Amino acid sequence: MVKSGDVLIDPLFNNNPIALQVLGICSALAVTTKMDTSVVMAAAVVFVTTFSNLFVSLLRSLIPTNVRIIVQLTIIASLVILVDQFLKAFFFDVSRQLSVFVGLIITNCIVMGRAEAFAMQNGPGLSAADGLGNGLGYGLLLVIVGAFREVLGAGTFFGRPVLLTVGSGGWYTPNGLMVLAPGAFFLIGLLIWALRTWKPAQVEKVEA
Amino acid sequence: MEHYLNLAVKAIFIENMALAFFLGMCSFLAVSKKVETAIGLGLAVVVVQTITVPMNYLIYTYLLKEGALGWISAGLAAYDLTFLGFLTYIGTIAAAVQIVEMTLDRYVPALYATLGIFLPLIAVNCAILGGSLFMVERSYTLPESVVFGFGSGLGWALAIVALAAIRERMRYSNVPEGLRGLGITFIITGLMAIGFMAFAGIQL
Repeated sequence: MVKSGDVLIDPLFNNNPIALQVLGICSALAVTTKMDTSVVMAAAVVFVTTFSNLFVSLLRSLIPTNVRIIVQLTIIASLVILVDQFLKAFFFDVSRQLSVFVGLIITNCIVMGRAEAFAMQNGPGLSAADGLGNGLGYGLLLVIVGAFREVLGAGTFFGRPVLLTVGSGGWYTPNGLMVLAPGAFFLIGLLIWALRTWKPAQVEKVEA
Repeated sequence: MEHYLNLAVKAIFIENMALAFFLGMCSFLAVSKKVETAIGLGLAVVVVQTITVPMNYLIYTYLLKEGALGWISAGLAAYDLTFLGFLTYIGTIAAAVQIVEMTLDRYVPALYATLGIFLPLIAVNCAILGGSLFMVERSYTLPESVVFGFGSGLGWALAIVALAAIRERMRYSNVPEGLRGLGITFIITGLMAIGFMAFAGIQL
């Protein structure tokens, strides 16, 4: 019997959706140039994973196996439409910066992956906890990457200056690479390295 | 003509779906262990992308856009169904993927077997949905969306085949333990992204 506490905590470090399961990297990298977009994105994903898992689990005995993917996608897409409309109404600026990436939560493999792998087999309570845990594990990595990229790339944190840049009379030369695409790839690579050094059980075996 | 060529070059190299916009990363990392499978998946993405982007263009222009329903009757012109966009695009994509899957199963069973669970995952490949969303956001015309769909699919395929080729060689190198597998793949992708940045600013 799986405990809901384990289900909730496990994805944070032991089975992190990004670092170990390789799910949902797409939007993780694109929105993390700044803290505020990362945090909004993390919150949106937590909301969608939790509720999609809950609803898929509630409906799991009613969904015919053949069309399950379409049904899951419809549930997820409806939730994402809710998030998108909410962001447009209350956080218009952030929503414009996120542009297509809010819509891309639908195709974020982590949402779909959890619905398919966990919610189809487990009860609603446990599934919601699993969704919440995976959403949080995803959000955690997003926020860490976002923090590094904003501080190193622009010298600011949530838009407030923390490292005085050369441009404004300080000493720090912003590392432009961090804001660009390659910086995100390097950061995630290094984060995975750090996580695996800390938890050696996650190191991948050499393929024969 | 020049305009379309330019658009294609931009979609393939400069704004590469995988390396500049991070789209389709899940399958990009998971299926890039062998060149053969990478080519298969790449081709599937090109095909699906070239079909779905123009299809979604038609749906958006004639059904969803504000005033788009005007061609049915003047009374319907007041409706703006843009908010249904996500739902309809993903439906179209899921249907197209199903067709590609059935075709492969029938005619190329070997490829079907290797691609395994990743074919259904094309439906949730962000590159595909991303293509349609970019098409709407940048208000492309019909011919432009055909070119963009094909170009962005080809760019993605190119990137995944290149990565797979590098990873095949990686087997002979001595990678630090914690970096093995996923970690080093990210670093390589980062280096490739830097390489692709050299294309920035190219215009025909």
